Amino acid sequence: MTLIGLIAPDWGELLSYDLLLNAVMAGLLLGGFYAAVTVGISISFGILDIVNIAHPAFIILGSYIAYIVNARFGLDPIGASIVALPAFYALGAAIYQIYYLSFEKRGQEPLRGLAFFFGILFITEVTLVLTFGVDYRYVQAGYIEQSWHVGVVDLPLRMLVPCLMSLTMLAALQLFLTRTFMGRAIMAVAQDQLALQLMGADPIRIKRIAFAISIATASLAGAFLIIIQPVEPSIGRDYIGRVFAICVLGGLGSLPGTLIGAMLLGIVESFTATFYGPSWAPAVSFGLLLLTLALRPAGLLGR
Amino acid sequence: MNPAIRSGTFVLACAVVAAVVFAGARAAGNDYVFFAGYTVLQFIVLATAWNILGGYTGYVNFGTAAFFALGAYATVFFHKFYPMPVPVLAIIGAVVSGLVGLGMGYLTLRLHGAFFAIATLALAVVLQTLVVNWNYVGGARGAYVIRPADVPGLALPYIQYLFLIMLALAVIAIATARIIERSKLGYGFAAIRDDEMAAEASGVPTLRLKLIATTLSGALMGMAGAPFPYYIGYLQPSSAFALEYAVNSIAMPMIGGTTSWVGPLVGALLLGTVQQVTTVTISSAVNLLIVGLLLVGFVIIAPNGLIGLWQRLFRKR
Repeated sequence: MTLIGLIAPDWGELLSYDLLLNAVMAGLLLGGFYAAVTVGISISFGILDIVNIAHPAFIILGSYIAYIVNARFGLDPIGASIVALPAFYALGAAIYQIYYLSFEKRGQEPLRGLAFFFGILFITEVTLVLTFGVDYRYVQAGYIEQSWHVGVVDLPLRMLVPCLMSLTMLAALQLFLTRTFMGRAIMAVAQDQLALQLMGADPIRIKRIAFAISIATASLAGAFLIIIQPVEPSIGRDYIGRVFAICVLGGLGSLPGTLIGAMLLGIVESFTATFYGPSWAPAVSFGLLLLTLALRPAGLLGR
Repeated sequence: MNPAIRSGTFVLACAVVAAVVFAGARAAGNDYVFFAGYTVLQFIVLATAWNILGGYTGYVNFGTAAFFALGAYATVFFHKFYPMPVPVLAIIGAVVSGLVGLGMGYLTLRLHGAFFAIATLALAVVLQTLVVNWNYVGGARGAYVIRPADVPGLALPYIQYLFLIMLALAVIAIATARIIERSKLGYGFAAIRDDEMAAEASGVPTLRLKLIATTLSGALMGMAGAPFPYYIGYLQPSSAFALEYAVNSIAMPMIGGTTSWVGPLVGALLLGTVQQVTTVTISSAVNLLIVGLLLVGFVIIAPNGLIGLWQRLFRKR
């Protein structure tokens, strides 16, 4: 009896060990999804210095498009979001053009640019409320209710699929930014616009492309979101604190930093939800954001 | 002329206008005038408060709802803890929100202006989380705040009393804004707005000035929130932290014009009245859509607001 007690951990300890392992795994899965939500902001805010606080609203828009296509045609939500990519790209290009002509060109971006994006956030949210109401919407796909079990760890596919897709998207974007001419030009426009001009590239065009890509990521992130949880128009707000916390924590303009920041926030939130209750989770990102700003504003992998 | 005397005259003029407004509302002889008027006056305070930081120094605060709700929840707390007259509660609300503004500013204002804006946006979410989890002030369910039957010392219906208080708060807010504008503080703020680096280099204590602006602005917002639980009777986290406070307090100065106290006043009167009408005649969601569209339209087409348009039309250069 005592021997068994010495060799095997006692039941309570085992339970908490399971709980811990599951909390870490849930956090990593959540973090992978957060990376997809944040990568758009990492490009627009981190690289282009455009404080697009409307980004979460575009993600919710992406969720609703995935929802409509899924409900009408039974298409997989992620497939639907890939079909919608060009539309989001065009939307992003149009918004950047307005932003450039109205604010960047006139040199007024700090105050009015922020108000502009806040207005867009608001208009998108209210339009969605007027069109779809405030009911929660969800999508259907074969894998959503399935779950894999590896040892004691649960891997719900509803979390795993978005996480893996998100990692793929991040890897593709990182390759694009570091290996192609256009990607390098985007990284360069952040550092020295004039030098880029001297190399014969048009910085406005490059910024437009980069911003359009950042909005296009919202289409995919929106589909991931509605796979993970039911969506209603105002939940986008919960993500504003999160995305900027991750973006700042990881270091502005660094995609690997974004991934690390997202995983960290995912784990911390998962622990908070497991050990203190899910109603405290929204406060975590803000605490993390304030701590980062106070202690290391450049972020973990900051330039 | 001595600026102190001019400020004195200005406050007096404000008080006279306020007295006329109150007499006019009483003459209308309809309680709805007071209900609608209270909301418009509340927006005047919020828009003016927002503009002290946003318009004068150029730092955007998206957390109006947070500061407003802090004032409102301070009232709920003291209503249960130890009931006090509404003007005292307004002062308490101002102190609480002012201190939170100071703390927020201290942590984020040394950085790029965008960080402050983002932090204020997140502040609303966090404070809402705290309130939702705090049972003493009602938690997620909300809290009933029963109005006292009568107003001590005044023979007024309670809604008229609240209207009067909000009128006084509006006068305080506008007078504060105008006094700042004409003072050394105001010039310091304008220097930060135009070029913070240059201001810092010429010896303007930028951090201290920004902290003063944040504290004052937050305090006025908290003050506006303090009477709110008595006005609405039943305070829920979602109504105290409603995003419409944030969007309105930004849209109103932007539409009116951000460089002087006149802008937020004009914007709040105009937009506040339009909203009262559309809420009654169409729906409150449509009314919010209108605010959003006007905000975006104005920042693109008329960056200096109605005041700017007016000056362009009538002032020869």
